[in-house]
Amino acid sequence: MRQIAIYGKGGIGKSTTTQNTVAGLASLGKKVMIVGCDPKADSTRLMLHAKAQATVMDLVRERGTVEDLELDDVLKTGYGDVRCVESGGPEPGVGCAGRGVITAINFLEENGAYTPDLDFVFYDVLGDVVCGGFAMPIRENKAEEIYIVVSGEMMAMYAANNIAKGILKYATSGKVRLGGLICNSRNTDKEAELIEALAAKLGTQMIHFVPRDNQVQRAELRRMTVIEYSPDHQQATEYRELARKISENKMLVVPNPLTMDELEDLLMEFGIIDADDENVGKAEAAVSS
Amino acid sequence: MANNLGLAVKPVTEYAEEEVKKVCEWINTEEYKEKNFARQALVINPAHACQPVGAELVAHGFEQTLPMVHGSQGCASYFRSTLNRHFREPAPAVSSAMTEDGAVFGGQNNLFEALENAYVLYKPKMISIFTSCMPEIIGDDLTAFIKNARQKGHIPQDFPLPYAHTSSFNGCHIHGYDAMLLSILQYLTGGKQIEGRCTGKLNFIAGFDVNTGNYREYKRIFKEFGIPYTFLADISDSFDSPCDGVYRPYPGGTRLDDAADSINGKVTMTVGPYATTKTFGWIKDNYSGKHVSLPTPFGIAKTDAFVMKLAELFGKPVPESIKAERGSAVDAMTDAHQYVHGKKFAVYGDPDYLLGYISFLLEMGAKPYHILCSKGSKKLEKEIQALLDTSPYGKDGKIYINKDLWHMRSLCITDPVDAIIGDTHGKFVARDAGIPLFRFGFPIFDRVNLHRHPLIGYQGVINMVSAICNKFIDIVDETCDDRHFEMMR
Repeated sequence: MRQIAIYGKGGIGKSTTTQNTVAGLASLGKKVMIVGCDPKADSTRLMLHAKAQATVMDLVRERGTVEDLELDDVLKTGYGDVRCVESGGPEPGVGCAGRGVITAINFLEENGAYTPDLDFVFYDVLGDVVCGGFAMPIRENKAEEIYIVVSGEMMAMYAANNIAKGILKYATSGKVRLGGLICNSRNTDKEAELIEALAAKLGTQMIHFVPRDNQVQRAELRRMTVIEYSPDHQQATEYRELARKISENKMLVVPNPLTMDELEDLLMEFGIIDADDENVGKAEAAVSS
Repeated sequence: MANNLGLAVKPVTEYAEEEVKKVCEWINTEEYKEKNFARQALVINPAHACQPVGAELVAHGFEQTLPMVHGSQGCASYFRSTLNRHFREPAPAVSSAMTEDGAVFGGQNNLFEALENAYVLYKPKMISIFTSCMPEIIGDDLTAFIKNARQKGHIPQDFPLPYAHTSSFNGCHIHGYDAMLLSILQYLTGGKQIEGRCTGKLNFIAGFDVNTGNYREYKRIFKEFGIPYTFLADISDSFDSPCDGVYRPYPGGTRLDDAADSINGKVTMTVGPYATTKTFGWIKDNYSGKHVSLPTPFGIAKTDAFVMKLAELFGKPVPESIKAERGSAVDAMTDAHQYVHGKKFAVYGDPDYLLGYISFLLEMGAKPYHILCSKGSKKLEKEIQALLDTSPYGKDGKIYINKDLWHMRSLCITDPVDAIIGDTHGKFVARDAGIPLFRFGFPIFDRVNLHRHPLIGYQGVINMVSAICNKFIDIVDETCDDRHFEMMR
């Protein structure tokens, strides 16, 4: 069983990419489970054709204790026999979502959700590695392989670099490794080259470049992955390709994160930021006068 | 109003005497009981402690083992004082003293320093680490922390450091006991299994048992049989050592070598199934020899089952001395049965003990009536019901799972019973209901030496019969008219 965690900046397309990749793996005949580790609980919507009605933490809230929960209450089967479970969590602004992830994963482990017939377990994790709870999926005996979803936008790359720092911390005491960057294109300038270069600096690879295509939107509106919605579409082929690459990936590294200066230099090198930006001079003049 | 120094004090709230009296009466009504049972958001006087208390207890049961709380100091004080007040013995344990910065940055540095200091100052052979709530909420990864501590030289590479996640907001003391025992056994037995080796011994797990008399009683029974044994987590000397003027920080406990070799045992037996669910599950998959789970031997039937099982497993006849003891116990029950027959009892406590009280009462022809467990499961409820169904005296028994002792008060006031069996926390119910409390459970903070009186086995039967019946006779003597005050009772 390979356990894989997907991280990346908020809104970058982790859930969409994860579910399409998993659908791709399922179409290759793999047995997969998705564990959504995000209080918003939208990591399995495309597999189940509905937002998960009962997350682990929803039921805990309802019943008052995790001890009254049964695996069948929260583990649902979706497209391609993929097993889906959402950790869920508190409402925005209250409680501790990180602890929710710990509780949910402990529950799954204790109740035998990790069956030996599984080929893959995917953790779709909220944004950054913000606290101990959101690092739960990469603790010992959990995910040993991480993919970061990124685009050519600076803040997405900044987040990817931060996540690499988190991985480095865990890699020293555990087996967790970076498997690569997945570029989910935003059609920014020289995007593929830029992410290739970032990957090289981090010591990893850009495992796949997923082009931007409105077909993803159309499928999402119908609560489906592209692979299910339009299996013959070019975008479905892209996701199957990503799935195949992950399935065959052998390049697992301890990342070498960049400093902020190095990251900015990289952006300048690709002309995203001009070294001599005349706007900067004008703005400074305006401030001093 | 003036305080005891004669200074004027303004009361914060003031209630008219009639109002207080009215409420005092109201909480005794059926109407209040219904409101009380509809209560959801609040627990009042629960009959269980938190996980680390159990984890610390089990850690004390191993040779020269220092229990270490990864968390804040206040929590550590609570666990220590709970054990210390029950046994009236010291419970030496340390903490990693996490504070505000630990909560923000994670407790790794606290753990590093704690390990360094504890190793140098207290010279333990093993440090058993368990957590309080704070590191559990922030998601401290003990696996990684301990690996790092070894890598960075805060503690020698091969020093035994079993560890358990024991958040207080999950489970209760019996689950902490289970988690810590499992981790200790996993650590100590790692790589010690030898193909074809058999120690010929019984590995014996008592479960969450805080009666040192019980431990000595078990050992006596094994000795009578001539069965060699390794007690897994032997707290008997740790919490009941002679007072001879010398302070010993680690007075007892199971030898670490014996615990390590236990994986090659002939038989591994638990008599606290609810407190060893995970440990026993792991033992079944990993230990050599036979694996046996029995209920805690309270009362005649369960002690019979225990004794017969020992005889069967080790191919030895039941010793004459034990047979004679059984006879004495049956005699004690027969002599005393009229004082307890048909009497109604409220009982509460840990699952293993609770099942024991009920079997014993049914054997005496007494009625377990209000049966309460403040941390139980549907499985427990079913097992209690099945036990009640075995006897006509069980038919009126009603089970309350995950209710507290304030619920118990309503039950005992609106539907009275003759006595209550539990621990010190029940003294308020007993006082308000005007009934005696028998302190057989944990903790006992307000009586001395009760933890030295065994409750298990045939000897335990005699002790329980004597305690209960003599108390009932005392009450008759204290409350009867002069003309009914008799020499003979």
